Amino acid sequence: MIPGVDGFMYPNEVELQWSLLIVLYPYITGLVAGAFILASLERVFKVEAVRPTYRLALLTALAFLLVAPLPLQLHLGHPERSLEMYLTPHRSSAMAMFGFVYLWYLTVVLLLEIWLDYRADIVRLSQTTRGFLRMIYKALTLGSDNLSPGSRIIDDKVGYTVTVIGVPSAFLLHGYVGFIFGSIKANPWWSTPLMPIVFLFSAMVSGIAAVLLLYMAAMKVKKMAIDMRCLDTIAKYLFYTFVIDFTLEMLDLIHRTYEADESFRSLDFMVHTRLWWSHVVLQIIVGTLVPLIMLAAPQLFKFAAITRRTLYLSACSITLIGIFAMRWNIVIGGQLFSKSFLGYTSYKMEFAAREGLLTAVALMLLPFVIFGVLVKLLPPWPEKEAGRA
Amino acid sequence: MEISRRDLFSAGGKLLILASVGATLEQITGAAPPSETYRMADHWWGMIIDIDKCIGCGNCVRACSTENKVPSGYFRTWVERYEVSEGNPNPHVESPNGAMDGFPPSVHPELKSFFVPKLCNQCADSPCVQVCPVGATFVSPDGAVLVDETYCLGCRYCVQACPYGCRYLHPEKETVDKCSLCYHRITKGLTTACCENCPTGARQLVDFKNQKDPVHEFLRTNKVEVLKPYMATHAKVYYKDLDGSVR
Amino acid sequence: MHRILRDSGHLIRPAIVLLAGLGLFMAIRSAVVPKGFGQYGHYRAGALDMIRQKPVSYAGQQECVLCHDEEATARAAGKHAHVACEACHGALAKHADDPSSLTPKLPDVANLCRRCHEKDPAKPKWFPQVVTAEHSSGMVCKDCHQPHNPKL
Repeated sequence: MIPGVDGFMYPNEVELQWSLLIVLYPYITGLVAGAFILASLERVFKVEAVRPTYRLALLTALAFLLVAPLPLQLHLGHPERSLEMYLTPHRSSAMAMFGFVYLWYLTVVLLLEIWLDYRADIVRLSQTTRGFLRMIYKALTLGSDNLSPGSRIIDDKVGYTVTVIGVPSAFLLHGYVGFIFGSIKANPWWSTPLMPIVFLFSAMVSGIAAVLLLYMAAMKVKKMAIDMRCLDTIAKYLFYTFVIDFTLEMLDLIHRTYEADESFRSLDFMVHTRLWWSHVVLQIIVGTLVPLIMLAAPQLFKFAAITRRTLYLSACSITLIGIFAMRWNIVIGGQLFSKSFLGYTSYKMEFAAREGLLTAVALMLLPFVIFGVLVKLLPPWPEKEAGRA
Repeated sequence: MEISRRDLFSAGGKLLILASVGATLEQITGAAPPSETYRMADHWWGMIIDIDKCIGCGNCVRACSTENKVPSGYFRTWVERYEVSEGNPNPHVESPNGAMDGFPPSVHPELKSFFVPKLCNQCADSPCVQVCPVGATFVSPDGAVLVDETYCLGCRYCVQACPYGCRYLHPEKETVDKCSLCYHRITKGLTTACCENCPTGARQLVDFKNQKDPVHEFLRTNKVEVLKPYMATHAKVYYKDLDGSVR
Repeated sequence: MHRILRDSGHLIRPAIVLLAGLGLFMAIRSAVVPKGFGQYGHYRAGALDMIRQKPVSYAGQQECVLCHDEEATARAAGKHAHVACEACHGALAKHADDPSSLTPKLPDVANLCRRCHEKDPAKPKWFPQVVTAEHSSGMVCKDCHQPHNPKL
């Protein structure tokens, strides 16, 4: 009898290969993609109401994107060989795309867009600050201090194009992760064409929720008034996205239950036992149904601003937990059952190890630290907005 | 420099003597012939397994473990014992320590029971090779699915992609490991460690490109199946008399 | 036209940074990709030789019979004709290469025989198997059966 194993597992299946850190990675890139989509709502889709969160969303995306490769590096048996993915990428492997999609998104989309939008502020700060900070800003100007109105118009046009390219790029950045799971025919819990779409919509939900929370927090810290029109609009888009996300997940569930193929009995048992709390309670009920009701209510009834803020705050907080649970259920859940459909194993999460809980917590806190630095360096709300109105 | 015909014959003769002495010595000592005599294009490796001959002794598991220095608790090959009862769609399956020490006697003599040896199926359309991001695992030109342990990142994507559960992460090397069809043996004219030590001949290495290999007659005259044929991996390990309950 | 060029002049800078990065990557790539990668497929051709050179632990029956003529003849005449020598005697390539470097220990007969011949309903019916506890009234297998040719 092997501890933690019920029934029969192929001998090499007992130990889980992809740990908590691999749960973290899609969560983080999801936040990146979602935050960027929110930013593009204003820039490309002309939802002018969410303008106050435009820069905030971009900085959020950058902070999380910089942390995204870390859980992967810590997971690899030989991180020093990870350059091989750039040197000899195997074109049939979705994972080989990672390096290129990541670099593309980081440089040509995110950094370029941030640079173009912040250029006026960067040049101004490079002239008004002193010392080490001045050096940083000077470097960020890339040596150009051209702030003529004509150049700012060009910046705006190019920035618009970058955002337009950025939307499918963000989809690719997170969608390929869904494809990494969805294309594994050996694993029936993962293998479905819906997987990239489900990942994408849940990413958008988590990203929008994260920016909403950060906006409320930032306004609190800066002691500025919250733009309720902005907040309500974000919450409205969050609600719509959430409805689509929920529909997709229910579609997957109903389809599986109806077809009841070879894997169904085993997976159903797993959801009812090992994944009961994380899947049924945390992901579906607490993480999806409750926030959906909380977000639907202001759409149907009139509530005072303070009530709406409380609703949004609670809904977004549990949404973020629910989307994390969703990643957990996919990654960990997909490894808990045997491919013989005759048994189950357990995930022995370590605490202070390389892939343990402590590392995961540190990796989740790091983006907020980086975010804090970015907000200080590139303030989303300058005293006087020069250039773009 | 002028080379006369005499010099040529003299040098050639010496070389010939040296070569034949060397070859004779090799035959005597049983050292491995030079790899130049093995041509990958002449071979396409696979295995045939006869369920009715497997006695579950675990010799194959022990031999493989010794030959390939397999770490304890992980398995390049293993044997499963099935106990099938009528009306129950799920068989009872066991593989105590992969059958490293054989099996304890069955407590269900009334059921249909048998042993199934398992290993890497050396798939020609291997899903594990398809997903490797860097090209650390591959199908060799002679049909063996191998892992380049100096190139593997240890991402374990291939472990997830294998439908048969035959891969694992080597705990010390931190690279992925699996049955290599004893590539270091079969390229020297030896058979695999598991086939060598199977007392009943339940497991046999086969070379599909060899006209005289018994596999051709075997496949023609017996009912054979690969594991999980619906996965369409083009597995090259064929089982004779495999029961439908086998997972 | 002139105006557009002047107003978009700063865009050349991030373009230069990008191109410089690309150039650096290409330079590193040509230096670091292993020689022979892609020769047979998307992998390092040297891996094939590397794997082929791993040490052999089991010599194989055809090696043992070269020296151990008597045992080979006895075995060939009986039911154990197709049981490999090393299946019972362990991995002995070292011994085959240099007999004096490794003297094989005789196997622990009782446990060894039991592993194959202990009765189990999962074993095929044609295979000789006994309930060893009832079979030999405490005697060790080789008291009656000579392992190389076990027929009584």
